Amino acid sequence: MFTSSVGKKLVMGLTGLFLITFLVIHAGINACIWANDGGEMFNKAAHFMGSSVVIRILEIGLMAGFLIHIIQGISLEIQNRRKRAIGYAVKLGNRGSKWYSRSMGLLGTLILLFLIIHLSQFWVPNRSHQGWLLGEELNLYDRMESTFKQPWVVLVYVLGCISLFWHLVHGFQSAFRTLGVSNHRYLKMINNTGIGFSLIVSLAFAMMPVSMHFNWI
Amino acid sequence: MEHYTMNLKLKVWKQKNTSSKGSFETFEVKDISSEMSFLEMFDVLNEKLINEGKEPIAFDHDCREGICGMCSMYINGRPHGPWHGTTTCQLHMRAFKDGDTIVVEPWRANAFPVIKDLMVDRGAFDRIIQAGGYISVNTGNAVDGNAIPIEKEKADSSFAAAACIGCGACVAACKNSSAMLFVSAKISHLALLPQGDPERKTRALNMLAQMDTEGFGSCTNTGACEAVCPKEISISYIARANAEFTLAALTSDK
Ligand code: HEM
Ligand code: FES
Repeated sequence: MFTSSVGKKLVMGLTGLFLITFLVIHAGINACIWANDGGEMFNKAAHFMGSSVVIRILEIGLMAGFLIHIIQGISLEIQNRRKRAIGYAVKLGNRGSKWYSRSMGLLGTLILLFLIIHLSQFWVPNRSHQGWLLGEELNLYDRMESTFKQPWVVLVYVLGCISLFWHLVHGFQSAFRTLGVSNHRYLKMINNTGIGFSLIVSLAFAMMPVSMHFNWI
Repeated sequence: MEHYTMNLKLKVWKQKNTSSKGSFETFEVKDISSEMSFLEMFDVLNEKLINEGKEPIAFDHDCREGICGMCSMYINGRPHGPWHGTTTCQLHMRAFKDGDTIVVEPWRANAFPVIKDLMVDRGAFDRIIQAGGYISVNTGNAVDGNAIPIEKEKADSSFAAAACIGCGACVAACKNSSAMLFVSAKISHLALLPQGDPERKTRALNMLAQMDTEGFGSCTNTGACEAVCPKEISISYIARANAEFTLAALTSDK
């Protein structure tokens, strides 16, 4: 089932929606930095996520979700590009579809580059400090403050969030179509929800480094 | 609309056969009537070429009334040219102005090899239909058409899917060369009717498997297919076919 083209898309859709649920949790916890308590609430939440065995096991699932989505996504993109050996002299371009719907591979790759930088700044140092088990954690709030002092980091994060926004504007509704939702009324609702969701999540994430950089918190 | 004539420059893909390497050639046509169809303009050009002792341009066509799905030109970067919901044969020259340059290419997809010039081999579509785009009926007396109750909305939706003429514009427009709009229209057209129900699951599985075998890409829901379809087949049939596939794959042992 999952070796067919529709099955592969199903894997993309399911892992994509799974990653979306992760984004909700991640954004929710990080929003605690705006509690204006010097990071107390945020560090508590982060500590819960880093020290609970259950969550650390779920984290393995998250890793798997990311890896499957990325590997399948890149392989589909490559396979699909190979289906037309000779291209057109005049391209259909935006007359047939939106640029971001045709750029899911590119947008995904930008998100991946962002993820590598992002993980190497927070996740890797913290987990290695913990001895990769359940040891003592770093003060992640302090780490955020010092990391976001550098302007290039803020820029990379904002660009990452912009890529995420466009990836999700198409991806959110596309995933439901892949899963088989064909009811026109629901598709419209899903599309609008997707745009709203992408906007709120990307904006929330982008505002974190920005507000720290400019000392708004 | 006012009648007018025009002189045009045509950049047309010329290719001797499937294995040869093609290239664009430029042709000029004069005094083309705005009331001609696009294919009639090509007839004028071909007659001129024949009179000059040159080889005419090969292109596919049959009914010339927008129902057979044979015509297949990729005109100025769009399958079937600039008009919405129109086949190449129904495109008229009033879509163009005097002095225009028009670029005409064949459908591009590995699954649609060029036979010659603007003609491509769409046998892949036939083989997908052979894989399940039918209902099996044992011979006997013809049943009364109205003996099987069909809900009006389903009949309408089935009919809208059956409007697909299999021209391949969806594949030509898709960045992934995906045939999902075609295949999903054919799956939906039968899945929506009681007559299609007995073979519903095997049909979805077999047609989609054949689609993969033929080398079409996978669908990423960009919507280019729907935008260029001369029969305005809705992309929501793709979602319906996805559901048909998932249900069939999960519940049948094939
Ligand atoms: C937080 C991160 C991410 C989320 C929430 C996410 C979400 C999604 C969603 C919902 C889809 C739509 C699935 C469908 O059409 O059925 C999708 C598709 C896709 N994603 Fe991601 N994605 C993320 C990261 C990535 C990364 C890192 C890559 C890879 C390099 C990537 C590459 C792709 C590709 C190539 C597609 C297929 C395009 C399509 O089907 O239209 N994504 N993603
Ligand atoms: S020639 Fe039959 S549809 Fe155009």
